[in-house]
Amino acid sequence: MLAFIVTFTERFQLVSPKGLMNPFIRFVSELQEVSLLIWRAFVSLFSKPRYFSETIRQMDMIGVGSLPIVLLTGFFTGGVLVLQAFPTLQYYSIQNEAGHSVATSLIRELGPVLCALMVSGRIGAAISAELGSMVVSQQIDAMRALGTDPIRRLVVPRITSLVLLLPLLTVACDILGLIGGGVVASTIYNQDYHVFATSVRVGITTSDLVSGLIKPIFFGLIIGSVGCHKGLSTSGGTAGVGRSTTDAVVIASIWVIIFDFFLSKALQYLLDLGQL
Amino acid sequence: MFDDNKIEDTIKIEPFWEIVPAIEFQDVCLAYDDKIVLDHIDLSVRRGECKIILGRSGGGKSTIIRLILGLLKPDSGRVLVDGEDITDYTEVEMMPIRQKIGMVFQEGALFDSISVYENVAYRLREQERDEAEIDREVRRMLEFVDLADAVDKMPIELSGGMRRRVGIARALIGDPSIVLFDEPTAGLDPPTARTMCELAIKLRDLQDVSSIFVTHEMNNVTNLCSEYATVSEKGEVHFEKEGDKLCLINTEVLMMRNGQIIFNGTDEQLQASDNQYVKRFIKGER
Repeated sequence: MLAFIVTFTERFQLVSPKGLMNPFIRFVSELQEVSLLIWRAFVSLFSKPRYFSETIRQMDMIGVGSLPIVLLTGFFTGGVLVLQAFPTLQYYSIQNEAGHSVATSLIRELGPVLCALMVSGRIGAAISAELGSMVVSQQIDAMRALGTDPIRRLVVPRITSLVLLLPLLTVACDILGLIGGGVVASTIYNQDYHVFATSVRVGITTSDLVSGLIKPIFFGLIIGSVGCHKGLSTSGGTAGVGRSTTDAVVIASIWVIIFDFFLSKALQYLLDLGQL
Repeated sequence: MFDDNKIEDTIKIEPFWEIVPAIEFQDVCLAYDDKIVLDHIDLSVRRGECKIILGRSGGGKSTIIRLILGLLKPDSGRVLVDGEDITDYTEVEMMPIRQKIGMVFQEGALFDSISVYENVAYRLREQERDEAEIDREVRRMLEFVDLADAVDKMPIELSGGMRRRVGIARALIGDPSIVLFDEPTAGLDPPTARTMCELAIKLRDLQDVSSIFVTHEMNNVTNLCSEYATVSEKGEVHFEKEGDKLCLINTEVLMMRNGQIIFNGTDEQLQASDNQYVKRFIKGER
């Protein structure tokens, strides 16, 4: 694929002598490497050895470790949604729909995306920094020299943990968001708590819940694979570790937001989420 | 009475000229972009031999070790380990080959997140060995490198020399037939550096291990080429200088410059070499 692009760009003179297309070629090359990493990790799932204890350790770090920031993010996001939406809804005399409005926004969009962004910042950076440090201190080489495949030992447990736990963290984020919204509605706007709760219950549908659970699976895959790829391709000593960590967070966050758009469109079509 | 043909079938003594080298490079070339790292390298390490690879930093010494482990692939030429051509082996195919090889990294390359015990036990755990056997072997190896007290420490608590020795214990567990030392004495004080050399001598003389010792320090060459290890009746290891009684033939020096081998022979031949670069290197001149 890369060879084809290089030939194509050379033939049609898309590359200047100074290499103006370098970022594009680099992007395609990195996309290819990440895809290969995901494929190798996927294939490794079906054969021994498997590192269950490492997977459990990663689940603890990713799941339990990220819970406080995810819960805080959810609570205050739910609160601010009600804070901003309530006056507008009141203007149109539909303030009783505040719960519905918050639940739809949170469960479909904000819960999965904000949770993924927070986890990307915390875990994506940690994965990249840890693997990058292992590369520059020759620990990855040592691992291979001792007969261990780093993909199986390091990449598979991290991606698996993220794919399994990001949906659960998203659920926790959604629940705290709804509680935050309820607290703001009842304390600041004096809305009866039961009215808010009923609006939430009536407003959300099974499709919303399914959509809100499918997105984090893909986001977990993105955060894990980008973090692992950036970490394992670290070069240039400790400065390189810093660069890889920054790249991992930035790239994973951008991909989460881009993917969210296309996933939303696909899920709208598949789950008939077009109408409120 | 005896069936001669039957005896021939059962007892096969390999003639010395057919003994397969532990490591062999056949016309190996490697370049990173425009920079030639290895230029038509031919080398061979016999069984039980210690080959010292000498040269300045960036001369391609460590690259040879990475090729033997399959961490890098040559652009051309063949790499053979125990007579097996590993040049085109995949990562999965390399795993059994790597089980035969112990590698001592420059800075130890210990796994920071696990204890000394777990670092040394790593290879055996990967092979799913019995827990009692792992415990016995780990303690034996830590005693071999004189670090039995450090068993429960974390790598961060160790000095540079101790980290290297743990690295040696980790490389030697499972009794590999080949051990590769990648500048194990770099940055160490002279007594600790000597301890490293003594460990390499013990492996060479007492355990018949084939090894490659990458270094740029002439002290290491002197130690490895002039001393040998013996075991007394009490089981104590002694180091003696070669002399009239014994002349070491199981250690050779190979010097590299800009990816090429410019010298290959004994330390006596090295000292007598006419090559100006070799002479300057020995004297420590530019």
